[in-house]
Amino acid sequence: MYIDPHAHMVSRTTDDYEAMAAAGVVALIEPAFWVGQPRTFVGTYVDYLSSLVGWERFRAGQFGIRHYCTIGLNSKEANNEALAEGVMAWLPRFAMKEGVVAIGEIGYDEQTPLEEKYFRAQLALAKELALPVMVHTPHRDKKRGTSRSMDVCEEMGLDPSWVVIDHNNEETVRETLDRGYWAGFSIYPSTKMGNARMVELLRHYGGDRIIIDSACDWGISDCLGVAKTARLALASGIDAQVVRQVTYANALCVYGKSGQMHESDWLDPPEIDQRTLYEGNSILRGGREPRIEHPRQAADDLLID
Amino acid sequence: MIEPLHSRATTALSLSATTLLCRWVVRQAAAQETWFLDALYRLQTSADEHTLHLFLGQVPRRLGKADLELTPQDLTAAHSLLPGWSPLDWSLDGAARIAGLLAFPGQRPFAALFEDLVRTADARELITLYRGLSFYPEAASLSAPVGAGLRSNTRAVFEAIAHGNPYPRDHFDLHRWNHMVLKALFIGSRLSPIVGIDQRHNPELARILLDYAEERWAAGRGVTPELWRCVGPCVDALGAYAALQRALAGSPAERLAAGLALSQTDTPSARHLLTSVPETAALIGTGRIGWSNLHHYEAI
Repeated sequence: MYIDPHAHMVSRTTDDYEAMAAAGVVALIEPAFWVGQPRTFVGTYVDYLSSLVGWERFRAGQFGIRHYCTIGLNSKEANNEALAEGVMAWLPRFAMKEGVVAIGEIGYDEQTPLEEKYFRAQLALAKELALPVMVHTPHRDKKRGTSRSMDVCEEMGLDPSWVVIDHNNEETVRETLDRGYWAGFSIYPSTKMGNARMVELLRHYGGDRIIIDSACDWGISDCLGVAKTARLALASGIDAQVVRQVTYANALCVYGKSGQMHESDWLDPPEIDQRTLYEGNSILRGGREPRIEHPRQAADDLLID
Repeated sequence: MIEPLHSRATTALSLSATTLLCRWVVRQAAAQETWFLDALYRLQTSADEHTLHLFLGQVPRRLGKADLELTPQDLTAAHSLLPGWSPLDWSLDGAARIAGLLAFPGQRPFAALFEDLVRTADARELITLYRGLSFYPEAASLSAPVGAGLRSNTRAVFEAIAHGNPYPRDHFDLHRWNHMVLKALFIGSRLSPIVGIDQRHNPELARILLDYAEERWAAGRGVTPELWRCVGPCVDALGAYAALQRALAGSPAERLAAGLALSQTDTPSARHLLTSVPETAALIGTGRIGWSNLHHYEAI
C-alpha cells in the first residue's frame, strides 16, 4: 500500500492510473504546477485549479485511487507578474476546497525577485490557513536555492515540521533533515533521483522524515516510481518499516495535518460513494475489485470493442 | 410543456426550502448547531461574497459529510413542497451549503453568483450546487451553468441534475430535455430516477431513442430496457413494432420492458405482439411489474 505524494496526473493516461492502482498506490497528491506551456490568462490557470479539485479527482476515483492536491502558483509562472497577481487573488478560494492538503508546489526556479515575492506571499497564506507547504527546489543552483528556500520559510515564521522540501538529492538532504524539514525525493529518470541511489540514501539516513514520490508529469518519467523504489529497497535489505515510512506513513503524517487526508478515506470508504465519486474497494470490508468503467486494452490485443 | 414557475412563486419556494433544510441540518448538527445558526445569520446580513465562500469551505469541516438522516415524514414534506423532489441521497454538508446559499442575499443577480461558484467548485460542491437548482431565486435564469453541468463528463455531476431533481421537468425546453434523456442512456445512467420522465414524453424523443436502439443493434450492442418507456407512448405513430418484437426476444428485463410499452398501446398490432409472449404478458398482467422496478429483473 503506497502513497505517491507528488504526481501530475493531468499529464498522464488511464493506463498509468491502472498501473499505479495495480502496483498498490491507494492515494496520490497532485501539486499544482507548470503544465509545460506557459499560461497567459488568469482564467486558464483558474480552470486548471478547478480541474485538480474536480475532474482529475473523478478520474482517479474510477481506478480506486484517492486523489488529493496542493494549490499554488508555481515558481516559473510567478515571473509573469500580471498573471501572478491575478492568480494570487483566486488562491484563497481554492485552498479551502475539499482534499487540498497543502500550498504548493511553490519556491524558486531562477531565484528572481518575483519568485521570491510570490513564494513569501504563499507562505503567509499557508500560515494563515494552517496548511502544510510543498516546496519545489530549483534544478539549477540547487544547493543554494534549497538553503535559501528554508531560510525564507523560517523568516516567514513557518514551522519546519509543516514543510516538505521536495526534489532533494545527496547534496541537499543533510541540511534539510538537520533543519527539521521533511525531505522529499523524486524518483525521476535522468534529472532528479534514481532509485538505486535512493536505496543507498535510505541505508544511510533511515526513514525518518524522508518521503519518496514519482513527480511523474509530461516528461519522460515513471508513475511507478514509488512502488518500484519500495520493491528495490526491500530487495536490497532495507527494513520493511523504513520502506513503509518513506512510501506511505510519512506523507500521510505531514499532509494529514491539513485535516483533509485520512487513512480511512481509502481503507474504509462508503460502499459506493457517489458524492465523492470514489469507486475503490473497501479493504476493511474484504475488498471488491475496483470498478473500472473503461478497462484498458492490452497493447497486444488486436480487438477494440 | 409545463409552464415555468413564476418568479414570485420561486421566491416562496426558496424560503420554504431554506426552512426545511435548516430544520434537518440543525437536528443533525449536534455540537455545531450554534456555529451553523450564527453562520446563517452572518450570511443573511452580509453583502460580502467572501463570507459565502468561507461558509461553503467550512461546512464539511464543521458538520462532517454524513448522509442526511431523513424520516418518511421529511420525505413527505419535501414532496409536498415540490412534487418529485427527493432529498434521499443528500448529505448533511450539502443541505447546509444550500441553506446558506439560499440565505445569502448577495449584491448581483443570482445567476452570476451561481456561475462563479460553479466555476471554482470541487467535485462534491458541484453535485451539491446542482442538486439545489429548483430552489434558487430566478431559477429559470440558470440555463447556462445548467448546460455546463449536463455536459460534464463526471457522471455524478450529470446525475445531480438528472436524478431526483424536479428542475429539468419544470425548466428544460424540449431539446434540452430530450438530450438529457439521451445522454443518460449513453452513460449508462438509469431513467426511472428522472423526475417527470413520463409527463414529458414526446414524439421527437421517441424517434431519437428508436434510432439510437437501431444504431446500437447495428453495432452488435444492446440497449437498456428502460429505453422502451419513452418509446412506448409513440409505438404506433412511429411504426416501432419491429423494434419491439426484437426487444421481446431479448433478456428478461428487455422482454418485460417491451411488454410494458406494448401494454400501454391499445392497437391490434400491439395486442397481437403481446399474445406471442404469453408468459411476459401474464407477468405484466399481475400489475407487479413497473418501470421503477424493472432493473430487478435484469439478472433473471
